[in-house]
Amino acid sequence: MTGLPVSTYVLSCGLALILIGLWGLLTQKNIIRMIIGFSLVDTGIHMVMIAIGYVTGGTAPIIDSAVGIKDAAKRVVDPIPSALVLTAIVIGLGVTAVMLSYAVSIYREKKSLSIDECSESKW
Amino acid sequence: MLKRLFIFLTLILVAAIFSDVALNYSEHSELSRLAQHYASEGPEELGAANLVTSVVVTYRGLDTLGEVTVLFISAAGVGLMLRRRKHPDTVVPARKPASELVETAARLLMPMVFVFGVYVFVNGHLTPGGGFQGGAIVASGVLLLLLAMPQAQLSHSLIGFTESLSGFSYVVVGVLGIVLAGGFLDNRILPLGSFGSLFSAGAIPIIYIFVGLKVGSELSAVVDRFRSDESKPEQ
Repeated sequence: MTGLPVSTYVLSCGLALILIGLWGLLTQKNIIRMIIGFSLVDTGIHMVMIAIGYVTGGTAPIIDSAVGIKDAAKRVVDPIPSALVLTAIVIGLGVTAVMLSYAVSIYREKKSLSIDECSESKW
Repeated sequence: MLKRLFIFLTLILVAAIFSDVALNYSEHSELSRLAQHYASEGPEELGAANLVTSVVVTYRGLDTLGEVTVLFISAAGVGLMLRRRKHPDTVVPARKPASELVETAARLLMPMVFVFGVYVFVNGHLTPGGGFQGGAIVASGVLLLLLAMPQAQLSHSLIGFTESLSGFSYVVVGVLGIVLAGGFLDNRILPLGSFGSLFSAGAIPIIYIFVGLKVGSELSAVVDRFRSDESKPEQ
């Protein structure tokens, strides 16, 4: 196979997503857009973790007729980052749900979704 | 203006760090030693065909218990933030019913979505998927129900009961691991069975059934909370 290894693309896309999300978090005023930025950072981190766990020519870490028990250690990708990302997705979901519920509360209180309205704790 | 400059600078610096990471990245050609152990010893030790499952449920089972706890806390937080107001001083319009197409399609799809969710978490030790994924599928079925029938009321006591019972049973299975096998959340309290069959991998399917029920009921509760009070008919 020519060109860059496939995990480099996944890694670069993940890093780019993190940057885009960070940009969104820093520049956007609308709370919903900031939450979307956070979700982008989250997804980017997942992609980076998956890319780091990739092993050249590896396949999914599931043993079946295609991957025998004997040669599993040579043929599969690292299962640990996959397990970590599984955890991270669930945590990200929980954090996003809590942030969205805060956004709903702020909107109820201020009738606006702009972060500029929340200036009480600004220094 | 100054603020924009700082934001720009921050992004440039972060991008510089990231480009360094990306340029110096080289793909692994073999597993790390820990992963090698999980891949070569895991199937015989725990009997789970899906190595990710054996890492999530057994080797790193304590993390998963923490993860379930975080999910529970966030569901409780959402419930606290979005609790229904008691005073009905705001008159709200009744929500428009869903179209017949959506309703009929939901009736057709609902049982299949639930069965598929249960299939995914029961087979978590054999195929891609597991408790969290299956629970999310079940919760998406509940979301479909809420979209198709906006007036439907979920039974909160049923959701709460399922959630507490499965969370409690998860911990009980974990403690049984200390008593009967090697340690907390050890799956070898039950016979490992024949490798690759449904009844194998010791307690992993049981733990994943509890996790699936717990995640499904928690996410259903979160989805239900995000319905505005407006959808509730005034009493």
